[in-house]
Amino acid sequence: MMATLAKAALQLLLLLIAAPLLSGFIRTLKARLQMRRGPGILQPLRDVWKLLRKDMVIPETASWIFAATPYVYFSTAMLVGLLVPMIATAAPLRLFGGVLAVIYLLALGRFFMALGALDAGSSFGGLGSSREMTISAIAEPAMMLAIFTVAITANSTDLSEMARVSVSQSWKFLAPSQMLAFSGLFIALLAETGRIPVDNPATHLELTMIHEAMVLEYSGPYLALIEWGASIRQLVLMTLLVNTFFPFGLSANWTPINLIPGLAFYLLKLLLLAGAVVLVETSNAKLRLFRVPELLAVAFILGALALISTFLF
Amino acid sequence: MNTFPSEQLFKLGLEIYLAAGIFGLLAWRYRNLARIVVFSLTALGAAVEGGACFTALVSGQTSTVVIPSGVSMVAWTFRLDPLSCYFNLALAVVALAVSIYSLGYVRGFAAHKPVGLFCFFYCVLLIGLTAVFSAANAILFLMAWESMALAAWYLVSFDHEIAENRQAGSLFFIMSHAGTACLLIAFVLLGTWSGGFDFSTFHAAGAALTPLRQGALFLLFIAGFGVKAGMIPVHIWLPAAHPAAPSNASALLSAILIKTGIYGIIRVAFDFLGVPPLWSGFLLLAIGGATALMGILWAIIEPDLKKMLAWSTIENSGIILMALGAAMMFQSYGQTALAAFALMACLFHIFNHAIFKALLFLSAGAVVHATGTRNLERMGGVIRLMPLTAAFFLVGALAISALPPLNGFVSEWMIYQSLLGGFRSTTSVTRVLFPIAGTLLALTGALAAACFVRAFGIGFLALPRSPEASLAHEAHPTMLAGMGVLAAACVALGVSGSMWMGVLGSVTHQLFGINIGADAAMASGLTLGSGLQAAGGLQKTPASLAIAVLLISVLPLLLWVLWLRGRTRVTGPAWDCGLPRLTAHNEYTAMAFSKPLQMIFAAFYQPRRALHAEYEVSTFYPTSVHFESEVAPAFETRLYAPLIARFMARAGSFRRIQAGSIHAYLAYIFVTLILLLIWSTRA
Repeated sequence: MMATLAKAALQLLLLLIAAPLLSGFIRTLKARLQMRRGPGILQPLRDVWKLLRKDMVIPETASWIFAATPYVYFSTAMLVGLLVPMIATAAPLRLFGGVLAVIYLLALGRFFMALGALDAGSSFGGLGSSREMTISAIAEPAMMLAIFTVAITANSTDLSEMARVSVSQSWKFLAPSQMLAFSGLFIALLAETGRIPVDNPATHLELTMIHEAMVLEYSGPYLALIEWGASIRQLVLMTLLVNTFFPFGLSANWTPINLIPGLAFYLLKLLLLAGAVVLVETSNAKLRLFRVPELLAVAFILGALALISTFLF
Repeated sequence: MNTFPSEQLFKLGLEIYLAAGIFGLLAWRYRNLARIVVFSLTALGAAVEGGACFTALVSGQTSTVVIPSGVSMVAWTFRLDPLSCYFNLALAVVALAVSIYSLGYVRGFAAHKPVGLFCFFYCVLLIGLTAVFSAANAILFLMAWESMALAAWYLVSFDHEIAENRQAGSLFFIMSHAGTACLLIAFVLLGTWSGGFDFSTFHAAGAALTPLRQGALFLLFIAGFGVKAGMIPVHIWLPAAHPAAPSNASALLSAILIKTGIYGIIRVAFDFLGVPPLWSGFLLLAIGGATALMGILWAIIEPDLKKMLAWSTIENSGIILMALGAAMMFQSYGQTALAAFALMACLFHIFNHAIFKALLFLSAGAVVHATGTRNLERMGGVIRLMPLTAAFFLVGALAISALPPLNGFVSEWMIYQSLLGGFRSTTSVTRVLFPIAGTLLALTGALAAACFVRAFGIGFLALPRSPEASLAHEAHPTMLAGMGVLAAACVALGVSGSMWMGVLGSVTHQLFGINIGADAAMASGLTLGSGLQAAGGLQKTPASLAIAVLLISVLPLLLWVLWLRGRTRVTGPAWDCGLPRLTAHNEYTAMAFSKPLQMIFAAFYQPRRALHAEYEVSTFYPTSVHFESEVAPAFETRLYAPLIARFMARAGSFRRIQAGSIHAYLAYIFVTLILLLIWSTRA
């Protein structure tokens, strides 16, 4: 029991700190690629700290849903973070539901986020909420299909078990099914985290914004919780991607001697994936909203091919 | 004679329903008396039935209840086997909540409405449903089936002043009878082939039938039961009929009545036939997938709150059929454990859907009653005026979107597990179907979440969108109590899903001879290899997930207490581009919310748009613009309308021989007589 708590506390700490840093890294790297100086890696952490100390403005039209949303969004993100193996193959919490619980807990956060956006009563919120639910409705099946492929290969939907199996067959990632599933999941990741071909995290233009439109009415500590939560969600999804497909260096247990190289490997993999995301963001333009389904259809087809190739090869 | 108390309780429950119905009919003059006595009695009856079925289910025994009819040769025989008891338990829970709710809800009926008659048919419906779920022979089953349909027809056309409701009632009546005709033929065939009309005879003889006969029976039964289950393409009555009834009746129809169809298919597939043919499971899987997707796509664009819920019932019926189809396929592959697990998933989803759909219909009914409109675009702001009702609707919306830690998640998780497990059930190429079906389930799940964000966000949040909505008031305490029972059940079933496995296990024990619910403890690993081990995952109880959700939300709450409490909060107007004041006109509409999905799935909806603009000087300055957009109901216009047109044309050609001349008719009679005489002498 104490051991579980210690593991959970350790991973929670890592989540809370690494998530904003990862966002900062992506932002800085992107700026450098675009010949800008960029705000520095620490900026998202500074933003959270600053927002937490500010006062809030609550829209007068809002109900308790508006106030509950930041908590739900943040706590589901944290819980999901504890369910995913980050530096060791065994996640601190192994609960009922496995990877499906991860996806549906993320959906729970999104459900409340979309409600909170509608609760303020302005059309921007509705706009963001409608687009978010639309995109997630088509991104989720693509993501599930890719995950099913991995689950079928590992013969389990439990994340720790999936990680254990993929560590034991470490060259498996070269199998066509795994590569196809990875590509499908990567596209779904771009959609779920609001990255450039789908949503532009750096804009407040009402014609294009999705996530920003939903959080428009939030300020102060509520906004801090939401932004923090959003960066944790991003970290969790990226962790899911790197650790299921490239399980190298995952520590087999929670002893310090194994954890330190595990952490180093984990951060390295994460930074590489972040680099890939940045490359995609810099070299692509944002798609029109109604072109996004085509992109996600590609992800879906990749997932389907992955599934079929599991028993062809 | 009665050794087991559940039999007596079962009988008692039926008698209470009957007494309540008769009282309602006798006391028709005294509206309030009839309402209070009848609904209190039905609540009591439902509690008794629930107790009877639960004890019978836990014991896992089968018992028989015979009620002499007073007519020779006919006895009303009920059989309380685990499958019957399971469905009756779902009925009892919903009936209990709906009866409590009705105590307050029926007060709101207009003065000229026959409350007594409503009460009577409500009781007939309850008796009919109970009897359908527990009839021991085909004759009682069909009688119960018909009385249930008749009562439902009355409830659907209760508000008959509105032409739309009358049409909905007739449509229901016609479709229902077309279905019953199929059932009648199927039962007669099965009766002649097996030599009796008892279900036990069917059970004994079913497995020995030739594949051709099994196939023919199956098609007839699927067609007959499919009508009630809201399966496409025979679903068209459902979105018309369920919203037309008063909301307490809609809840019962959507939560339980459609399950009679599912019950029938389960009974035929696993009890009568034992091992259903492989293609029939595949057929149900395919139909279920199509039904689920189509139901939710229509739900998303529906502006009428109750109609939206009815479409979502079709979606869930599709999900249930998918699980059932998978179970049937596993059984024909010989994977009994996996089939049992898939059937458990199916049964659990049946129960869960009954609970949360009844909850959603009851809370929607409270809102419709308070605001006087069913149109989402005219609601809004309800959460401030009806906080408890809104909270109950939110619980239902979260549960139906399969979000943890509520009950919908547990059963959908089980369906996912059985579909993924299906990949290893066979080595043939058909196994790709199962993960694909799982993906379809993911798609419908995500669309359902979008649909219920829209319903709750547009219908309940922000500012009232019409004067009626701003005058809404909180529902009557008994209505709130009825909803509260169901909301508590949603949470309880989500948290204690693993305890429920034993109950589900006794049904699979009856049908498959194995009870993986009870055996699940022996498997600790969460592997997909077989249903046995997949069920083992449930031992890591859903409760642990719920507890974790609670614990983890303590952290931000702590943050709130320590940190945010001291912060000043300023309440101000929401930002709307610097316009003076936000009004309801600035709010996003339900139509706009679902527009992106409507455009993405345009190939499915085939929307019709017409734009007319008149210009004088230049095309850039139109003097008047007229825009029309419509999504026509696909099956009605593309399948039924041509069919009806062709039928009418064919019928018209008969008019030639029926010209209205009495001489011609006399000639027909004469010729017929001659022909008959010739025929009889020939033989």
